[in-house]
Amino acid sequence: MNVRAKIKNGITHVRVLAKHPMETGGRVNNITGEKIPAKYIQELRCEHNNQIVFLAQFGISVSPNPFLAFSFKGAKKGDSLMLRWNDNTGDIKKVETIIQ
Amino acid sequence: MAISRRKFLTLSSTAWLTLMTSLKTWAVWDSASFYSKNLEDAYQHLFGSSELIESYRIKLKTPNITNNREAVPISVKTSIKNVESIYVFVKDNPQPLAASFQIPTGTLAEVSTRIRLAQASTVIVVIKSDGKLFSKSREVKLATGGCRG
Repeated sequence: MNVRAKIKNGITHVRVLAKHPMETGGRVNNITGEKIPAKYIQELRCEHNNQIVFLAQFGISVSPNPFLAFSFKGAKKGDSLMLRWNDNTGDIKKVETIIQ
Repeated sequence: MAISRRKFLTLSSTAWLTLMTSLKTWAVWDSASFYSKNLEDAYQHLFGSSELIESYRIKLKTPNITNNREAVPISVKTSIKNVESIYVFVKDNPQPLAASFQIPTGTLAEVSTRIRLAQASTVIVVIKSDGKLFSKSREVKLATGGCRG
C-alpha cells in the first residue's frame, strides 16, 4: 500500500494506492476453467491520533489496486497517520506514514 | 476462585453490553447493501427510502467515454454542509453499490477513486447530510472497437 500525505494550508491531502487484485468472484481462469474466488477489500480506514478521519467500504465494483484520495483538517506536519485495509478473506494490511 | 451465580450474571451482562456498544461504533461491512442486485434494493437497505434530491451542489467528475472499464476515475466534491457519508453507485453493474465513504467532522466532503463498469452505465453519487439524501448522476459510455481486456 502506497500512501502519501501532504499538508497544505492546514488541510492534509492523502493519496492511497492499495495493491490488491479485487477479484469479483465472477471471473473464470482461461486455462483451468475454474472460477477465481472473490477476493476484494471491504474496508479501508485512516486514523490520526486514534481517531478515524476516513472510512471507506468497498464492493466488487472498485477497480483492482484501488486508488483513493481524500483530505482532512486538524493534523500537523510530522504527525503519523495509520491506514489499514481488510478484505473478505480476512487479510489485513496496516501502514503508518508521516504527514509531510 | 469461586464466582457466585449473581456475580457471574452481572459480569457477563456488563461484558455483553460493552461488546455490543463497541460493535456498534465499529462499522460493520454492509453486506446487505453491497450484495443488492439493483439500485432500488440498495437504496432501501442503505437509506430505507429512495427519495433523492437531485443537487447541483454536488460536483461529479467522470470521463464521458472510457476505453478502460476496469478503472474509471471518478471524483466527488460538494459544497453541501454537514455531510455524513458519500455513496457511489453504478446503475448497471451486477452489484450497483461500488463504495461508501464515512465523512467524520473535520474531513472534507470530497473523494476520488476508480471504479469498474460492467457495461456503459449511469454513475450515481448519493450524499447524506442532515438526514437528507442528495444525488447527482452522470452517464459513462464505453469506447467501442478498442481492445477490451
